[in-house]
Amino acid sequence: MAEVDLGNAKKMTIICTKGTLDWAYPPFILATTAAAMDVEVTMFFTFYGLGLLDKKLNLSVTTLGNSSMRMPMGGMQMAMPNMIGMLPGVTAGTSVMMKNLIKKKGVASIEDLREAAVLSDVRMIGCQMTIDLFEKKTEDMIEGIELGGAATWLESALQSDINLYM
Amino acid sequence: MSDSITPDEILDTKGLNCPLPILKAKKALKGMENGKVLELASSDPGAVKDFEAFCRATGNTLLKSWIDDGVYMFLIERVV
Repeated sequence: MAEVDLGNAKKMTIICTKGTLDWAYPPFILATTAAAMDVEVTMFFTFYGLGLLDKKLNLSVTTLGNSSMRMPMGGMQMAMPNMIGMLPGVTAGTSVMMKNLIKKKGVASIEDLREAAVLSDVRMIGCQMTIDLFEKKTEDMIEGIELGGAATWLESALQSDINLYM
Repeated sequence: MSDSITPDEILDTKGLNCPLPILKAKKALKGMENGKVLELASSDPGAVKDFEAFCRATGNTLLKSWIDDGVYMFLIERVV
């Protein structure tokens, strides 16, 4: 993925630490849009964010501990009862509901955004320490990524105009 | 209407939400020669501000934007 350094290009890095369906959106939306605006983007995936590099994604969102979650229902904003997230099957149900809503509203899937990021040469770094910690297999992860650590991100961050932690 | 400007390419992104219209516009512009004009349609109200910003940042020229029967329309000139 190492592109020729054009020197004057703007640069951005994003540290992605969360692997839920809702939190997967901000980094991929910003990364793809920045790439479309000729920004050189580096994404560093660590801890739960590392799962976003898995070939097969099965992302979920939970109501549990998410007291600000509201879903549109019959023209109303429906608060999602926090506690029911504890019950078996509720997280799966909420996730299906969210994915249906995403489709209906013409919002891109995370799979599509990630592919767009790969196609626009966004540099993706998987955290080696997280791979060791959670015993992840690199063959389960998408092609074209690099593995690295804090220093790899820092080198990129030190040259960047924008560094985000999500 | 697009007055005297005839677009070289037309892109319909109606039904797609942020950031897809921008990503598709970028892809289309990338394949176009300098000076060619892209006409883009979007149903996303956020696209108005986003295309202004996109063009300012990328150096492409936003020739015109208007609303046609509830659809947000843009004419973008490719500047390499």
